[in-house]
Amino acid sequence: MGAVSIRDVSVGFGAVNVLSGLSLDVADGEFVVLLGASGCGKSTLLNAIAGLIEVSAGQIWIGGRNVTWAEPKDRGIGMVFQSYSLYPRMTVEGNLSFGMRIAGKPADEVAKRVARAAGMLHLEPLLARRPAELSGGQRQRVAIGRALVKDADVFLFDEPLSNLDAKLRNELRVEIKKLHLELGSTMVYVTHDQVEALTLADRIAIMDRGVIQQFAGPREIYRRPANRFVADFIGSPAMNMFDGALEDGGRRFASPQGSADLSAYEFAGAARPARATMGVRPEHVAIGPAPAGHAALSGKVSIVEPMGGETVLWADCAGKPVSVKLDGETKAKPGDDMTLHFDPAEASLFDAASGARL
Amino acid sequence: MSAAAEPAGPRPRRLTLSRVGVYVFLVGASAFFLLPLWAMVLTSLKPMSEIQQGDLFQLPHTPTFAAWSRAWSHACTGLACNGISVGFANSVKILVPSVVASIALGALTGYALAFYRVRGGNLVFAILLVGAFIPYQVFIYPLVRIFAWIGIYGTLTGIVVIHSIFGLPFMTLLFRNYYSSLPRELFNAARVDGAGFLGILRHVILPMSTPIVIVAVILQVTGIWNDFILGLTFAGLANQPMTVQLNNVVATTQGTVEYDVDMAATILTAALPLAVYLVSGRWFVRGIAAGAVKG
Amino acid sequence: MTPAESAAKFRARLRNQAPAALALLPAAIVVAVVYVGSMLMTARLSFSSSHMLPTFDWAGGEQYSRLFDTERFVESTQHIALFGVLFIVASLTLGFLLAVFIDQKVRFEALFRTIFLYPFSMSFIVTGLVWQWMLHPELGIEKTVRAWGFAHFTFRWIVDENLVVYTLVIAAVWQASGLVMAILLAGLRGVDAELWKATKIDAIPTWRVYWSVILPTLGPMLTTAAVLLAVSVAKLFDLVVAMTRGGPGISSEVPAKFIMDNFFGRSNVALGSAAATMLLVTVVAVVGPWVYFEHFRRKGVRA
Repeated sequence: MGAVSIRDVSVGFGAVNVLSGLSLDVADGEFVVLLGASGCGKSTLLNAIAGLIEVSAGQIWIGGRNVTWAEPKDRGIGMVFQSYSLYPRMTVEGNLSFGMRIAGKPADEVAKRVARAAGMLHLEPLLARRPAELSGGQRQRVAIGRALVKDADVFLFDEPLSNLDAKLRNELRVEIKKLHLELGSTMVYVTHDQVEALTLADRIAIMDRGVIQQFAGPREIYRRPANRFVADFIGSPAMNMFDGALEDGGRRFASPQGSADLSAYEFAGAARPARATMGVRPEHVAIGPAPAGHAALSGKVSIVEPMGGETVLWADCAGKPVSVKLDGETKAKPGDDMTLHFDPAEASLFDAASGARL
Repeated sequence: MSAAAEPAGPRPRRLTLSRVGVYVFLVGASAFFLLPLWAMVLTSLKPMSEIQQGDLFQLPHTPTFAAWSRAWSHACTGLACNGISVGFANSVKILVPSVVASIALGALTGYALAFYRVRGGNLVFAILLVGAFIPYQVFIYPLVRIFAWIGIYGTLTGIVVIHSIFGLPFMTLLFRNYYSSLPRELFNAARVDGAGFLGILRHVILPMSTPIVIVAVILQVTGIWNDFILGLTFAGLANQPMTVQLNNVVATTQGTVEYDVDMAATILTAALPLAVYLVSGRWFVRGIAAGAVKG
Repeated sequence: MTPAESAAKFRARLRNQAPAALALLPAAIVVAVVYVGSMLMTARLSFSSSHMLPTFDWAGGEQYSRLFDTERFVESTQHIALFGVLFIVASLTLGFLLAVFIDQKVRFEALFRTIFLYPFSMSFIVTGLVWQWMLHPELGIEKTVRAWGFAHFTFRWIVDENLVVYTLVIAAVWQASGLVMAILLAGLRGVDAELWKATKIDAIPTWRVYWSVILPTLGPMLTTAAVLLAVSVAKLFDLVVAMTRGGPGISSEVPAKFIMDNFFGRSNVALGSAAATMLLVTVVAVVGPWVYFEHFRRKGVRA
């Protein structure tokens, strides 16, 4: 039983409120990623769930229990920290068993649980070593193991992979995903890396300045960002944004780069402000004459970036750089004139004033 | 033009005039720092007759340790003439508990200040910091009265307590700064593991404290051994430390002044901190840096 | 917040904070009794007429006017001012030079460092006695130099009323300039190697680099060293006791010794307290701003 419920939680340091009135519900067994730039409050939220930071208002429920004022150890959580935080003067085994020894668990149970966690994370050959004798990847596996031995209902990860190099990060990411499938526990995972978020999460909570901007599945977040912030934050290269206006009561979008027929666009609500921004993912832009219903742009190629499996092409459209993501290679070279097009149904429209999705 | 005519390879080493100047200065400075020690050692190895006739740096005809043994066991420290060995024993008796107590208290206070936000904690720390700069003379008389009132004035307990009190600011600063530099996540990890105030201190923090404890021990051993004013005021006649007795040896002017004995006693008193300094080397400097640069 | 929640919050805070508060209790007591209590009591006694034992009557500023009528005290302040200026300037200069010369990639660097710093490990008592012997009017340096052939060389500063303070300066500089060197050397080693490369390329003479580039970057360290030296000036007691006992006459008396003599030798508790209070005010005026900038403004006290 590991549902986590954050209810109207505020956290302040002195006069500054890092979080104010934040609510979030994580279902039992769900993998939720808190994603955002540094300073957005995601780590603060995680520390509040863990009980390492005192909340100034609101409640935190874990597994149907109000744990707002419970000690970290009494919350049924295991936590993995960014900088590993292994006890340097204890062996791997000592690190894994420390919590249980403090709690006075019988030796045979300690041994059993350490053995099980070590087995799951392939740590058996390392049990007698000190943290200083381990590689970065091994250390982080031990840190995960330390959370694992607790039989916690909820696992909290605070940027666990950000200290590792790219290759190790990918390996451990897969390992964490497998672990989640195997254990079925609730996991709350903080990161600033959108790839980690998109690959691991059942749902992603994107945070900015202490506020959750969108809380939804990765596909939804990617395809239907709730506002400009989310649209800009997710995706690389970033979504192409065209500033323009809604015409004919929202049937057309017109901008200096061209106009788009919105009859196939699914509006999120009834609002039809005059000034709007249209966002299009680079992979939704294609080269060539526009089919019916597609919006067309004409531009001049400025840069071609081959990336192996795909190619990113930058075109200058009426003074605005537009990125196009193409499969494979292209013969286009800088200076070529070309026509681009995209399906407005795949695009996103935002209110130019508020940034909210239309 | 062949390439071989161009300069290649390492620059030839040259002993320039300025290099010579550097060494001349350093050797000259070394003489200023070493000669007093050298004169002291030579004097202690010469009989009084040679001291009267020769000069400071004249080598003894026949080096003798007679003055050393006189200083150790027969020199007069006031009325009693049992030598400086009594002071040595007193200093050891003061030193050991004072070092242990002051470091334990400093470590505990530093730990609580670094990892916990106790209301008023910062105020306590701020006053301690400022207090470290204020001469003892400002506190000493009321403390004497308070100690007399409690009944520990002029006792071993009294001098140990006073060393712990006046060691507290710097020890606290040392440990607090060191603990503040440790990753806070480590402390958090231990909390999630269920360790409490003392559990974290004992199992996680103290095992990581070896370097700073070494620095603290060096600072406190030399500091307490070298103390004069506190020992003079609080230890009482029966527990006078070696520095106080040394001063008495030299000040006692009955009969002829025995410079050889005075110098031998001085060397014996300086021996322990000097040995600590020479053995600890970089640690000693690290202690100074920890106190001076950060503090 | 419901009463049950308030109670839970209170219990959580108590559980978290109580052990730490308990651990800070001894320090809090020390602060309250020693650093605040004793200080206030000393200040209070300075306004009383206490002689051998403390009394808490009110004598107004009487002790202070007495203090400044006491030749011994007035001279003490003059001695300490002269000593302080010379000692700080000389120690900083010598310490800086030692650090710079050691920083020239010399051989035996560790040996030189050890030699320059060892006096700092010794007590003021030892320092005082060593220099008392070196400066002995008949058997000391004077006799040594005469033995080298300068038959009329005289060097009797230690028994000269007008020059004895300078002998204290010599001994104190000998003891403390190694400390300055150690602090500044740490600063020099922190200077970016790139900076040296840049000045090499611009062909700036070495001494000029030290004077115009390095010295300003060492500012905070020089300040720290100066404050530490200044504090030891205010505390100057042991060295005088061991080396000159305040003499000849009262020509090397210093305030710290004046206070101790009045407390414990002359049964003038109120007068000693008044002198101690003056010492406190002076130290706070000098060190206070530095402590404030160093610890409170720049980093804050928080962990």
